[in-house]
Order: sequence, then C-alpha cells, then structure tokens
Amino acid sequence: MPTRDSSAIAVDQLVRRFGSVTAVNHLTLSIDRGQVCGLLGRNGAGKTTVVKILTTLLPPTSGSARVCGYDVLRSPTEVRRLIGYVPQALSADAELTGYENLLVMAKLYDLPAAVRARRIEEALALMGLEHAAQRLVHTYSGGMIRSLEIAQSTLHRPTVLFLDEPTVGLDPLARQTVWRHIAQLKASQSCTILLTTHYMDEAEHLCDEVAILDQGRLVAGGSPDALKHALGPNATLDEVFAHFTQGEAEVAGAYDETSRTRHVADRLG
Amino acid sequence: MRHRERDMWPTASAESIRRVTGGGAGAFVRQALAIAEMELRKLRRDPTELATRAVQPVLWLVIFGEVMARTRMIDTGGTPYLAFLVPGVLAQSVLFIAIFNGISVIWERDLGIIHKFLASPAPRTALVLGKALGGGVRALVQAIVVLLLAVLLGVHLRWSPLDLCGAVGLVLLGAMVFSSFSLSVACIVKTRERFMGVGQVLTMPLFFASNAIYPTSLMPGWLRVVSHLNPLTYQIDGLRALLLPVPAAAVAHIGLWSDYGVLAITLLALVAIAAKLYPNIAR
Repeated sequence: MPTRDSSAIAVDQLVRRFGSVTAVNHLTLSIDRGQVCGLLGRNGAGKTTVVKILTTLLPPTSGSARVCGYDVLRSPTEVRRLIGYVPQALSADAELTGYENLLVMAKLYDLPAAVRARRIEEALALMGLEHAAQRLVHTYSGGMIRSLEIAQSTLHRPTVLFLDEPTVGLDPLARQTVWRHIAQLKASQSCTILLTTHYMDEAEHLCDEVAILDQGRLVAGGSPDALKHALGPNATLDEVFAHFTQGEAEVAGAYDETSRTRHVADRLG
Repeated sequence: MRHRERDMWPTASAESIRRVTGGGAGAFVRQALAIAEMELRKLRRDPTELATRAVQPVLWLVIFGEVMARTRMIDTGGTPYLAFLVPGVLAQSVLFIAIFNGISVIWERDLGIIHKFLASPAPRTALVLGKALGGGVRALVQAIVVLLLAVLLGVHLRWSPLDLCGAVGLVLLGAMVFSSFSLSVACIVKTRERFMGVGQVLTMPLFFASNAIYPTSLMPGWLRVVSHLNPLTYQIDGLRALLLPVPAAAVAHIGLWSDYGVLAITLLALVAIAAKLYPNIAR
C-alpha cells in the first residue's frame, strides 16, 4: 500500500553501503510532482546509487525510498510501472534498429498493440527520428541514441522519469537537442524528472530544484537561484557547487564512475 | 487534508497502472516472447555465428565418427556407430551454443540495457525465460544444420514428422536448460573473461560425462551415476529414441517420457534460480 504522500519521490534516512564504503549516507530528500530535480555531485558522490535504489535495481542498506508513495522494497512492481529510466551507459541496443528498440520496451510494458503502434510513431516524431527508425542504432549519432533512449523510457507515459547523466559525452549541439527533449517532456506530460549531472549549466537550464550530494550526504538543496543568492549577490552555480563539495578529498567509487563515463564517451565517439 | 491525499494518489496511480498493463499470464508470455523476438531479429541479421559453429559438428561426425565406426569397439546395440553418434553430436552442438548464451547478458550489463529491462515491470522470470527461449531457437537452427550434415553423410535416420516434432521439443528444452544455467553463471561471475573461463571448464565435462559418444553401459559405475545427473544424457537418450530407425529400447535406456520430464523439471528449477540471480547483474 502506498503511504499518504503527495511527493513523487520521498527518500528518508537512506543508507547504502558497499562493503566498507558508504555510497549513500542518511539521505533525506523529497521531490514534488511535476518538478525537474537535479542531483549534483562529484564522481562517487552517490548520485547513481540513489537512482539505482529509486529504480528498484539496488536494495537500500537501511532507510526508505518511495516513488509516488510506493516503497521500492515492498512494492517494486508498482514502482516499476510508474517510472521510466535512462541509465548512464548507452542502453539502446546497437544491433537493433531504432524501431525495434522502441518495440521491445513497449512490449515489456505490455502496451496493447494499437496503443503501441501509435506511441512508437509519436515518439519517433517527437524525437525527430522517423527517417532513422529502420536503421541499426550503431549508425546513430550520440544525440540520436540519447533521444531514442528517452523515447524508449517514456512510451508508457511514466509518472517519474530518471535520467542518469543524460548528456555525458555529447557534443554541444547534441546536448541542446537532449535539453530540448527534456523540456518538452516536462511541458507535455507533466511528469516528474530526476536527473543526475556534472554540468552546472545543465542544472541551471533544466532544473527547478537541485540537490548537491557530497560523499553520499545531502549538503545543499533548493532552487538554483536561491542557492546562488544565499552564497552572494553575483555567485554562480559553479561556485555554489565548489563551496559545498570537498575539493581535495579522495572519493570512493570515483574510479569506477570515471571509467564508466569515459566508456560512454568513447562509444559516442 | 491528509485523508484526501491518500484517496487521490493511489487511485490515480492504480488507474494509470491498469492503463499501462493488465499483468497476468498473458502479459508474462508476451514479455518473454518480446525478449526472445529481439534475440532472433539479431540472429537473422548476422547468421555468421551459425556458420562458424557448424565446423565442430563436421569434425566430430566426419573424423571422429568415421574412425570410431571402423574400430567397432563401442557396443551400440547393433546400430551403426555414425547413426548412434548423430544425436550425440546434435545435442553437443546445442549445448555449446546454449552454455555461452549467458554472455549476452554480460554485454547487456556493460551497455546498460539490462538495467532498463530490470526497471521495467516485466517479471524477472519472463526476462530469463525469454533469453532462454532465444537461446533455444538459436540452437534449433544449429540442430537443423547437424541433421542436414547427417543426410549428406548418408546416415539412415527415421524421418517421421511426429518424431521430428518431438526432437524439436527436446532440442528446445535442452537448449533452454543450458541457457538458463548459463544465465545464472553470468549473473554470478559478471565479467566476460571469467564467464568464458567457466564456460570452457564446463562444456567438456558435461559432454564426456554423458551418453553422447558412448552408451552409459560402457561407463565405470561412478561415471554412470554422474552421467545420470547430467541433463544432456536425457536429451540425447530422447533424441536417439526419436531419430534412430531401430526400436527405441535398443538405443535409449531411460524412456522418452522420463527424458521430457527430467528436462522440464530441470528447466523450471534453473529458470527459478536464474530469475532469483538476475537482479545481481545490475548491481
């Protein structure tokens, strides 16, 4: 049973440990419906871990995480029906066509055949991929792949969408395209979006709220404007970020994340 | 206020859930078939794997088979050795394809595809069964290649349509058994290098501790026991009963229904285990 909770995402005292490493450390966070929230932090700050917990891929060590009132541990299937997820790695299957990538997701969400055909057509049009639908994904550009992945994860009209580093490794033009799609989604589907990013301009451009994580803890949260004003009259979000995150500390998990990011960037060419 | 919220939310989400999916057995089958379908679309596009995999059965039948047939040292109950060997080599090539099926899930892990599948409402069992079915059909194509090879070598088989259907069932079952076993291994070892190592270590013992190239009656007692714990033995026993033009009892000692039964139960158990292990791959 969902709890009485109008938040799209409610995380309470969330902890996740990997052996002796604490990736998420007593994190409490609440995101209202319809908001675009950015999870900021350095490599290894725990962003991806939070997303994996909220998408039911990883059980928390302690604490709770709810999506639309459904607990990720107790009601994983309900959570999965309500969410869409674009992982950080390139998750479109390069050996399939764009159309086939959409088809398999539509089938996994068990959309009825008529709805399926219409939604796939709409998604291709929205993402500007109609002409490339029958091409194998390994011929796509980085921006096209990301657009396709966003289309894949929104065919079932999710209530909450998770985007893990949606523009990592993309060239500036492709980033603009992806930004435009995210803004469109926000406008057209009134879905809540949680995205993780390293890029302050991205956070500023897309997010109503940001939450800054450092070593698994929430160190600052609020609207980008409020955070900047709190620091000083002419402060930038970069300065806010630097202020709240530790400069020199070695961060556990940073190696893995860096190598993953580079791998994605490699594949994007 | 709190009360109104409670009414508002679950109703809204429950409605959208119904809109998205009806759930139930129909959905389960459709989800499993969706995974299998994508495997087959890939296979159709790049059948080179099937061509390279046809080399090994040729060696076994043309070289090993022809030589052993001359020695007449293996008692096959009056059946020509090459005919006796065909179901064994058929099952072997199915095994070799299926046992490496799990590597695709490691690829999908590295690419992030599996994460997306696991965050979808499709039950893990459906994801595993779909993968296994994909492996099954892949193996079936290979089985047809081996049968064509047998024809070319002039091996006399019983070409009854009903028996061939039964053989298709056995090939699918056997391949799905080893595919889901392979998926479980992949979920535990998680890297390609370790997986290939484990795969190499497993294939030969599975092959030699079976009735593929000699009847179990020639085995020492301990090996005979081991061979009866090996699903491959049941698959080959059934294939011999269905394909060889002699009374089943002469070449198959277990019995066709027991062969089907053992394979089916093994499959259910292995799919359950793989489904349990599947989420590990995304962690």
